Amino acid sequence: MTEIFDRFGKPLGGIFLGLALLWLAGMVLVPGVFMINASLRPHLPPPLRGGELDVYVLDNFAYLINHVNHGRIFFKTVWSSALVTLVTLLLCYPIAFWLAKVARRWQVAVMLVLLLIPYLMNEVLRGLAWYIILAFSGPLNAILIGLGLMDEPVRWYGDGGVVAGMAYAYLLFMLFPIYNAISTLDRAQIDAARDLGASAWRIHRRVVLPHAKVGIATGCVFVFMMAAGSYVAPALLGAPGSRWFTQIVYEWFFEIGNWNRGAAYGVALMAMCLAVVLGLLALFRVNLASAVK
Amino acid sequence: MRFGATQAVKSLSLDVRQGEFFSILGPSGCGKTTLLRLISGFLQPTAGQVLINGKDMVGVPSNMRATAMIFQSLALFPFMRVWENIAFGLEARGVGTAERRREAERLLELIALPGYGNRMPGELSGGQRQRVAIARALAIQPQVLLLDEPLSALDLKLRQHMRAELRDLQKRTGVTFIYITHDQSEALAMSDQVAVMNGGELQQIGTPQELYSHPKTAFVAEFVGENNALTGTVTEVSGGTAVLEGPQGRFSGRAGAGLNPGAKARLYVRPEALSPSSETGENRLKLAIERFDFEGAFATAYALLQGTGSPQRMFMTISQQGLSDAPAIGAPFTAGFSAEDAIVLSDD
Repeated sequence: MTEIFDRFGKPLGGIFLGLALLWLAGMVLVPGVFMINASLRPHLPPPLRGGELDVYVLDNFAYLINHVNHGRIFFKTVWSSALVTLVTLLLCYPIAFWLAKVARRWQVAVMLVLLLIPYLMNEVLRGLAWYIILAFSGPLNAILIGLGLMDEPVRWYGDGGVVAGMAYAYLLFMLFPIYNAISTLDRAQIDAARDLGASAWRIHRRVVLPHAKVGIATGCVFVFMMAAGSYVAPALLGAPGSRWFTQIVYEWFFEIGNWNRGAAYGVALMAMCLAVVLGLLALFRVNLASAVK
Repeated sequence: MRFGATQAVKSLSLDVRQGEFFSILGPSGCGKTTLLRLISGFLQPTAGQVLINGKDMVGVPSNMRATAMIFQSLALFPFMRVWENIAFGLEARGVGTAERRREAERLLELIALPGYGNRMPGELSGGQRQRVAIARALAIQPQVLLLDEPLSALDLKLRQHMRAELRDLQKRTGVTFIYITHDQSEALAMSDQVAVMNGGELQQIGTPQELYSHPKTAFVAEFVGENNALTGTVTEVSGGTAVLEGPQGRFSGRAGAGLNPGAKARLYVRPEALSPSSETGENRLKLAIERFDFEGAFATAYALLQGTGSPQRMFMTISQQGLSDAPAIGAPFTAGFSAEDAIVLSDD
């Protein structure tokens, strides 16, 4: 904090700080307070609002817990987001290591361009690409049957399709933090470990992974938060049985029109995500500040 | 050894005896690090052999060789404790925790850091990190320790201290050290044998004394220690003595290999072999002192060679005792050296 004042002087530093606080207040604090406030009030027709029935209750949360399906979908969303995170991590770590320590300069350039091109399209179009690939009479089934790996086409839409589509959509948010972290690893560390007789597995476990830990944690936080809050991929690639919790939140707000219950659902998801993220950071022994760096 | 179109290390052959402190000395870019990486197995030679204990190592990866490398950056693992660092090679060999711990303690004793096992590398000083890196390499009981300028990151005082310590560790463990450096004083101070390299070629192998008093090439004469050079043409070679005639006069000195009359050559004379009051021999120079650099036990006098077209600077060492009799600054005087102390080497 004092560093800001030292560097920019009191007036300019104060303006920066004020803008940051304004941003936090406008984008996080006010909507957050509004949401929590709404989630704790009953849904009433306009004439009764502010009346004696308009008191703080936990009915909206109780509804979520007692609902036959919603609780299950809530946990499935969290669990599937964790799965998406794990899949992107397993995909990205080898690519990131290759980019940072193995590939030649031109290979890095080509690879980065190839990885970035899909991100020039928006998320809906990227989801649509998977919608086409995974279609019942689409290319994936055709190829798998053509190769003789399957006899019957498979219905990919559903949980599997959603995880695949999301893993693809959020790949770069995992890749870049890990790539950045591994790039800063001294090449001699790997050479030294190898010279001392360590296997590739041990070199990664004992030397590369500890160094890349902060990058991995950052990537996991990004991907998990985005997956849990995703709406497009489940809407496009899901099946009736694989609804995402965000879809239910959307229904409460805009289809049923019960903002209070929608707010409660949203707050519950937010709380769960925060808990998972903080748990994840504690597990990695990384603090929030260094993870965001 | 080639990298694309560049030949980093040209054809060379050298023998290192067991238990020797062997240095490879050369300016940066001379191929010494490439040579070390060839010995360690990080690089495979385009042509030729690397023999360790008489066995051909070409194609054998670094971890299967009886060598261990100390990196310029030391490359200690920052997320492991000191003892885990030291025992990492044993861990990779599947040695159990208790024994690893014991071995790490033994090596910490050896490097005079007992009780430091539970610290993190970041908590150690530069010299201590240096020693831990050596202990980590010694833990896998290598026959050859390869050191890639490990002292270059340290400040002067610590560097000098670590020289003695490295030398001492080498003698106590009996492990062959192959030490890469661009610092000639480091190589001279520590080594049993030194190989001087330049431009990917081996210039000379010898003890520090041999390199200093009997350089075989002009490069070695100029790179190892301080030297005065006088250029000219060889006019006669007989009985191990060569006569050189040049713009500065006619001088004689010991003849280097491959000298023929008519060849361009350089005569080298060490600053301590030049003396102001010399009456003997035909090797005489007219000098005038520009300044003295006082260095404690002795002083270095920088003098300009008089009576020649292009001014040439010579320097000579004057002992503490001789300083009172030394010529005054600016006053011309005659200096001489004996032919025994000078060497004539072909200039290429």
